[in-house]
Amino acid sequence: MANQPVDQAKRRFLIAATSAVGGVAVAAMAVPFVSSMLPSARARAAGAAVEVDISKIEPGAMITVEWRGKPVWIVNLTESMSQTLSGQEDKLTDPNLDVVSQQPDYCKNATRSIRPNLMVMEGICTHLGCSPSPKLQPNGDMGDDWKGGFFCPCHGSKFDLAGRVFKGSPAPTNLVVPPHHYLSDAILLVGEHSKEAV
Amino acid sequence: MKNKVEQCMAGVLTWVDQRFPLTSNIKAHLTEYYAPKNFNFWYFFGSLAMLVLVLQIVTGIFLTMHYKPDAALAFGSVEYIMRDVSWGWLIRYMHSTGASMFFVVVYLHMFRGLIYGSYRAPRELIWLFGVGIFLVLMGEAFFGYLLPWGQMSYWGAQVIINLFTSIPFIGPDVSEWLRGDYVVSDATLNRFFAFHVIALPLVLLGLVVAHLIALHEVGSNNPDGIEIKAHKDPKTHIPLDGIPFHPYYTVKDIVGVAVFLMVFSAIIFFAPEMSGYFLEADNFIPADPLQTPAHIAPVWYFTPYYSILRAVPPIFNSQFPGVAAMGLSVMIFALLPWLDRSPVKSIRYRGSLYKKWLALFVVSFIVLGYLGTKPSNVWGVFDASTWIVGGADRATIVARIFTLTYFLFFILMPWYTKKDKTKPVPERVTA
Repeated sequence: MANQPVDQAKRRFLIAATSAVGGVAVAAMAVPFVSSMLPSARARAAGAAVEVDISKIEPGAMITVEWRGKPVWIVNLTESMSQTLSGQEDKLTDPNLDVVSQQPDYCKNATRSIRPNLMVMEGICTHLGCSPSPKLQPNGDMGDDWKGGFFCPCHGSKFDLAGRVFKGSPAPTNLVVPPHHYLSDAILLVGEHSKEAV
Repeated sequence: MKNKVEQCMAGVLTWVDQRFPLTSNIKAHLTEYYAPKNFNFWYFFGSLAMLVLVLQIVTGIFLTMHYKPDAALAFGSVEYIMRDVSWGWLIRYMHSTGASMFFVVVYLHMFRGLIYGSYRAPRELIWLFGVGIFLVLMGEAFFGYLLPWGQMSYWGAQVIINLFTSIPFIGPDVSEWLRGDYVVSDATLNRFFAFHVIALPLVLLGLVVAHLIALHEVGSNNPDGIEIKAHKDPKTHIPLDGIPFHPYYTVKDIVGVAVFLMVFSAIIFFAPEMSGYFLEADNFIPADPLQTPAHIAPVWYFTPYYSILRAVPPIFNSQFPGVAAMGLSVMIFALLPWLDRSPVKSIRYRGSLYKKWLALFVVSFIVLGYLGTKPSNVWGVFDASTWIVGGADRATIVARIFTLTYFLFFILMPWYTKKDKTKPVPERVTA
């Protein structure tokens, strides 16, 4: 045995095989560690849909509810506010809602909403995640050609009342319309598509 | 009697040396490590960075004894440290001021490397380890800033994590994985605490050791940018222009430490928040996920890169170019050893071309740093009738120009360092 020459090929094969198996084991062990950093079961459960009573929102008023820790705005548009949604398409980055990820299909319409007067959108700027401030009334501190909308204080992105971003803003896309549907006249469910819509 | 004690000590030392290389290490790194004799003011900042690192570790350990990494308790526990823990305010202010002073010292240390060509061969690895230290330090500062769970902590983290969202295809999943939730939350705070107090400090210490081992292997550069090992005493093989690190430079560094500690103490006792530059006013308001502060700015040491992020406009409905430019503006330092083609290392023997570019770089860095602390409409907008830039924020246009010069300093370096008229380099170090 001791006098036999070293089988180099066998040795190389054993080294390669051991390294490969060891490498696979290390990679497999990374899975639990990496996965442990994903949202936990509790975080996912806390991300469930929320019911909102919309009967108390006065025309022209806005309420903010929390869904998955994010602010979700519900704005009850007045007649004059609704009119601002048409007529300035040339100033918008994406007036035709070509970026489909920003709203569910059932909101791909002129007002980006299920009910034309009730806007539902996530109050998170698509630039870097700040929460824009509502500037619902025309003019004011936003200048004379402001027709109402939202202004992000972080980097100056501007959105109209339907959450569509104006050209020249750092935000690349319109505000996100979350999945939602109406359970009744007065109850809105934020966080889930209606059964029919899917 | 005295002789007996000395004999006993020598015996103990021999016993240790046979089992652990104590004496030989002290010689190799202190008493027989020969550093150039012409170090000047700029050579204080390496040892000062070590001092701040030790201060941060010690104060950090004591802060963790009282801090609670829990979204419901974190803000309160920091205020508890400030108000109720004996001397807690001092330890906390030492840690928060230490963070800013770390960057002051490290930026000056990096500038020293820039002007004397300390990154040039054979010191490329020292420089690369240094860039690694700088990156980890930025991570430490970012993770640490979330821990007080104030408004700036919260929204700053929200903005930075959202940068990852812009990475094509995998971005949204990556940022959700980093947060461990759909928004910055308790899960995020808890893991940032883990990164801040154990993961990154371990990496940082490893890199600092590697930085020093590489330095002591090749020996220090000096303000003349020449190799002292080229002229050794024929008998002793000690560099003729070298002096032992201990006692000469340990004593010199103590003077630097004394002056530094005076400045450090003055800040801690008289201006620990530095008018919002070290600790921002909005961070004394508890984090509120539904309400963004009116103006978000990072702490001063991140502002040049933040300015670059803001300056690059979105391309193809994606903000990734800005994020990439910001990442590149930090990483590009790593390329310096290969971008510099000058026959000389030190600014003392370089021509005016290099000096002009360096001055432009320093101005760019400072202007971008200033603009990063301000909202982008700080200087108003150009009149709508202005050629090309009409209607744009003045500050944004200025930031774009200086972003360009920042990068040109690096990109054009192979050209202007080669073309530059250099002066003859002396054989031996000058006084």
